[in-house]
Amino acid sequence: MSGQVTYAGRKGLWDWLTTVDHKKIGILYLIAGGIFFLLGGLEAILIRIQLMYPNYDFVGGSTFNELITMHGTTMIFLAAMPIIFALMNAVVPLQIGARDVAYPFINALGFWLFFFGGLLLNLSWFLGGAPDAGWTAYPPLSSGHDFSDQGVDFYVIGLQIAGIGTWIGGINFLATIVNMRAPGMTYMRMPLFTWATFVTSLLILFAFPAITVSLVLLMFDRLFGANFFDVNAGGNVIIWQHLFWVFGHPEVYILILPAFGIISEVVSTFAKKRLFGYSAMVFATVLIGFLGFMVWAHHMFTVGMGPIANALFGVATMLIAVPTGIKIFNWLFTMWGGQIRFTTANLFATGFIPTFVMGGTTGVMLSVPPADYQYHDSYFVVAHFHYVIVGGLVFGLFAGLYYWWPKMFGKKLNETLGKWNFWLFFIGFHLTFFPQHFLGLMGMPRRVYTYQADTGLDLGNFISTIGAFGMGLGTIVLLINIIVSIRKGEPAGADPWDGRTLEWAIPSPAPEYNFAQTPLVRGLDALWTEKMSGNGKMLPAEPLGEIHMPSPSVLPIIMSIGLFIAGFGFMYHNIPVIIGGMAITFICMIIRSLVDDHGYHVKPKELEDGEKGVKA
Amino acid sequence: MATHHAVNGTLPPEPEKATLEGRNKVLGFWLFLGGECVLFGSLFATFIALRDQVNGGPTASELFQMPVVALATFILLTSSLTSVLGILAMHRNKVGQMQAWFAITVLLGLAFLGLEIYEFVEYYHHGHMLTSSAFGSAFYTLVGFHGGHVLFGVLWIALLIAQSFKKGLTLVTAPKFYVASLYWHFVDLVWVFIFTVVYLMGMVE
Ligand code: HEM
Ligand SMILES: [Cu+2]
Repeated sequence: MSGQVTYAGRKGLWDWLTTVDHKKIGILYLIAGGIFFLLGGLEAILIRIQLMYPNYDFVGGSTFNELITMHGTTMIFLAAMPIIFALMNAVVPLQIGARDVAYPFINALGFWLFFFGGLLLNLSWFLGGAPDAGWTAYPPLSSGHDFSDQGVDFYVIGLQIAGIGTWIGGINFLATIVNMRAPGMTYMRMPLFTWATFVTSLLILFAFPAITVSLVLLMFDRLFGANFFDVNAGGNVIIWQHLFWVFGHPEVYILILPAFGIISEVVSTFAKKRLFGYSAMVFATVLIGFLGFMVWAHHMFTVGMGPIANALFGVATMLIAVPTGIKIFNWLFTMWGGQIRFTTANLFATGFIPTFVMGGTTGVMLSVPPADYQYHDSYFVVAHFHYVIVGGLVFGLFAGLYYWWPKMFGKKLNETLGKWNFWLFFIGFHLTFFPQHFLGLMGMPRRVYTYQADTGLDLGNFISTIGAFGMGLGTIVLLINIIVSIRKGEPAGADPWDGRTLEWAIPSPAPEYNFAQTPLVRGLDALWTEKMSGNGKMLPAEPLGEIHMPSPSVLPIIMSIGLFIAGFGFMYHNIPVIIGGMAITFICMIIRSLVDDHGYHVKPKELEDGEKGVKA
Repeated sequence: MATHHAVNGTLPPEPEKATLEGRNKVLGFWLFLGGECVLFGSLFATFIALRDQVNGGPTASELFQMPVVALATFILLTSSLTSVLGILAMHRNKVGQMQAWFAITVLLGLAFLGLEIYEFVEYYHHGHMLTSSAFGSAFYTLVGFHGGHVLFGVLWIALLIAQSFKKGLTLVTAPKFYVASLYWHFVDLVWVFIFTVVYLMGMVE
């Protein structure tokens, strides 16, 4: 009976709304995350214009508060995380030789939850004002209606929905990596990006529930009159800080570990060398992930936890610098003596290394509690985390984008434009954030919308704003590059960079079933192993046969819309809307449980066509 | 793909782990439960921080009706046992027995929920509410989250029983029962902690 359930290809928009193909979901993440990145970038430029001159009145204080809150929240939850997920989806199953992820349906659901959560959050701009309590939303600023308007409701509900999406996405990658690896792909042969995805997903699994709870408590306080953060009724605002950072610090490693993974791939490919110290790199990744859970209170040194707690958390924080340092040296040793090609991807990777080292250095400075009493809540902290997040993660993402774009879309990005992109962004970045260290040391607090003239802060702020324009220009060049590539990019072919890992063994873009025959992995850097000791092609681990694929489904998007609707019901205290929205979601779950998905089969004939390069 | 259509009587000994889909489901479910531990851990931590903040209202030891709570505990623990018996029946490929044990599990779950609702209503009349104090907020959030989990479990298992009448026990339905019973044990385990931390520790002051 196999092969009887055939599948009529879906086309156009309907295909995208119902897809469960990880490669397409990756593209969806990239588009949605990219749009949020532009939005967050626009907010950043507005912030910087407001701070360009002393006593400047460009957007004013209230809007400024909304802008910094939405900039931080958007960039972390709706831009950085989704673009990371885009690359993970596009690359990880290919790197481990899998046909699919473990839960294609959940994968699609994760995307749509993120998307509608982000949409809900951003609709606040049009529905009474955006949240304005900072991305960390500390109560009491965020908890009562004394200090904050309805905007924070959007924060609470929007992030909750998006967060659940991210969480199930993490579970999906864990199960995929544990269960779906091709024969011979042992753990210690997995490419570093896959390793990073694995550890990142573990962090997501164990960190996101903490913010789920934080948001629930805040939601109950705001919407149902609970007293978690109401000191008059016995509440305690420090609980929020602990829960938020129990999530928040692992979150920053959720952001940076994938970048570490990308840099490892890019550096080794473009040095034409095996990654130096592979097992040390794996070990360092795991150790960073583990230590990441032990240090959350370094965000709270000034809260008054006492000298013992401060000292312990300070030392634990410094420890993280050790595995991080291991990584830095291993990248340098990988490049050492290699045949280095400075493609755009590699430029970003190379630019990453010193920039991230600077961010790590300020991090260690911040981890000294008595010193942190001076730095805390100043621009020094702003400089620190932009060095690690932009100079680290965003450089890493750009490197990854230039590196894997051909695999995702079948065409290269233009290298000349890429170099413009890199240099504008790189110089703009350092112009923006380097002066902020000194602004902070001179006493400029973060999250304050203006400053007095002649206090020594004018020049640094002015340079910083000019730098921000530079980063904006760099991003515009990237957009142009993307348009140019889509219109007349040169076809990439299967292996444009002389790659080492499995994803370069199959056509670009990958056919929907990824591997016509599951490959047999015979060493670290699977494809390179075959290039050196075989005929340059992967050996198949199975005969050519029919391939079973999961059916597309419209349920993920409908379920997400259900929660989106219910979210509005909660915010406006409208019980029928709550019930209606939840009912939509639950009915979809019931349908999903009752109707078995038999999937469909790709026939051998289609397989042969696929092999000849016809898009399946 | 014969896997989807295994006929009753020809199932392997551990049908939940016989297919890749089944193994994925079981693994993913364990991971899910790992995350849930952090979720409840955070709620417990919040509760412990706030449990003495009664804001002039009744304290835990004045409030709690231990006989009701003890009965609820007994019922829920028994339901864990019946769900184990359900899985044993599944491994022996006895569909009818399995359905019966899971049906009893569902009924016990409902009984637990009934007692919990009764308890909440009582407390409410004593002025112990979500809005009355930080203790009230933390109590209803933690215990209510657990109650929500029980409710979800009851509905879920009921749905599985219903579909097993039509589909029987297959390589598709077996993993579902298996993970549902994992879920049920987890919910029970959380209750043991609630019983200890909220109720027993609340009684000794
Ligand atoms: C060697 C590694 C690092 C150390 C020792 C370190 C240390 C610290 C410390 C002590 C603070 C608190 C400063 C304060 O608020 O007074 C801080 C803030 C921060 N760090 Fe790091 N950090 C490191 C790496 C990273 C990385 C890799 C990221 C992200 C990719 C990151 C993101 C952040 C963010 C976002 C904040 C500020 C959060 C806020 O208050 O809004 N850090 N870091
Ligand atoms: Cu931190």
